Amino acid sequence: MSEAAVIELRGVRAGYEGRTVIDHVDLTVRRGELVALVGANGAGKSTLLKVIVGLLKPYEGSVSVLGSAPGASARRLAYLPQAETVNWDYPLRVEDVVMMGRVAHAAPGRGPSSTDRDAARDALGRVEAADLARRPIQALSGGQRQRVLLARTLASDPELLLLDEPATGVDPTTEEHLMGILAELAANGRTILVSTHDLAGVMAHFPRVLAMNGGIVADGDASILRDDAILRRTYGGHRTTSPQLVADEHHA
Amino acid sequence: MNTMPDLLEPLQYAFVQRALLAAVLVALVCASVGVFVVLRGLAFLGDAIAHAAFPGVVIAFLMKVNIVLGGSIAAVVSALAISAVARRSGLKEDTAIGVVFSGMFAVGIVLFSSIRTYTGDLLGILFGDVLGVATDQLVVAAITAAVILIALWVIWRQLVFVSFDAIGAAAAGLNTLRYDTLLLGLIGLAIAVSVQIVGVVLVVAMLVTPAATARLLAQDLRALVVGALLVAVFSSVAGIWLSYYVNAASGGTIVLVATTLFGLVWIARGVARRRVAAG
Repeated sequence: MSEAAVIELRGVRAGYEGRTVIDHVDLTVRRGELVALVGANGAGKSTLLKVIVGLLKPYEGSVSVLGSAPGASARRLAYLPQAETVNWDYPLRVEDVVMMGRVAHAAPGRGPSSTDRDAARDALGRVEAADLARRPIQALSGGQRQRVLLARTLASDPELLLLDEPATGVDPTTEEHLMGILAELAANGRTILVSTHDLAGVMAHFPRVLAMNGGIVADGDASILRDDAILRRTYGGHRTTSPQLVADEHHA
Repeated sequence: MNTMPDLLEPLQYAFVQRALLAAVLVALVCASVGVFVVLRGLAFLGDAIAHAAFPGVVIAFLMKVNIVLGGSIAAVVSALAISAVARRSGLKEDTAIGVVFSGMFAVGIVLFSSIRTYTGDLLGILFGDVLGVATDQLVVAAITAAVILIALWVIWRQLVFVSFDAIGAAAAGLNTLRYDTLLLGLIGLAIAVSVQIVGVVLVVAMLVTPAATARLLAQDLRALVVGALLVAVFSSVAGIWLSYYVNAASGGTIVLVATTLFGLVWIARGVARRRVAAG
């Protein structure tokens, strides 16, 4: 091993209220990897991300993230939750939300510093949303919301990014742009896990794919999505169509 | 006719000066805490905490200690009890609120009914008695208000993050349970300070109505806070003035002024939007 793993899971079983959602999960992710999590709703993509972030304590198994227990290095990672878990009707402006990415780094009682403001402005610029800074968040479209949340995760300059369906509600052009940002971050040594339903996008951009269905069904390069047997085990038989068809269905 | 001496007339009385000071303190505290009560939909919880403060006040009265102190302890204890019952029992929060606050209020009523010679002091707790505020009560209220406002200022950004996106905040390393508990404690303290002004029955209006009025128009948090403070302070001062002239209960008058402002802003917003829609 030339480099320590950023994420290391061994024999992990996890779920909610006693119910197991993922089981027998072994996973090693190294620095600079760009990994997609695919699978049907309920397959355990969000559950796996929450275990890595430290929001969910596994029933069994060991988890190491950035060299320590999950949650212990919260300031070095950023997590993008599914957009519907956020209160979009709050009276906040876009820049206020992006600035939240800096709150964990700030001491209580301190307002945003000039470094914080610069980081927030820079992050908004990277998702091409600089013109939205003063916009009330109530007025944002679904795609704009996703870009704002992504800017918030970028604002903390994290080593590890965990993104739960960042492409939901985003138009294809924006999605292409987001993928470009993620690829560049990975090239600069950031480690990134993304859950998504867009199999065509995964095949175009992700060097590594985890196919999930109650655990990790397959782990390999994007070509595993052309394997009918793997697709059957991932989508449970009712989705044995080609990725292109699945992707179209998602965009419809 | 010169109306100025008439308008300033109440100010010559020390009890009116104390009442104004107390009402403004309550306005500042309730409006700032109320911003989070409104954003997080905690109006029912606020009402419950106010009722739950009642037994603390009665016990303090019986033990002849400061009633704000008794009310504070009962309010904060009930706020934390509600949060603990909701977390540990698996029941929905509004159910936990219903169980805890009615139980606490019942304790207050049983104790209250056992006092044979209760005085206006205690009745004032139910319906508010701002004109009867004594200097030592005012001092306790001022200290409590300062504690609340400083605490809010220190954890403001963290509280906003936790309220807006609890999952994201937890992932960023914020202890969301700690901030939620702190917020509940601050709501409890704010209510305890306010109970002597507007009474148990109406205190939720001081928490909710000013922030709700500002929420109708505010596009960002600064506007929400400033608007809530303006509505609360204006309602308190105008309410005391009005109650002096029409000789009505001051707590009720303060709340009525705030409610009227809410109604006017709501109607004005509707008219403005229709104009915009009509082009």
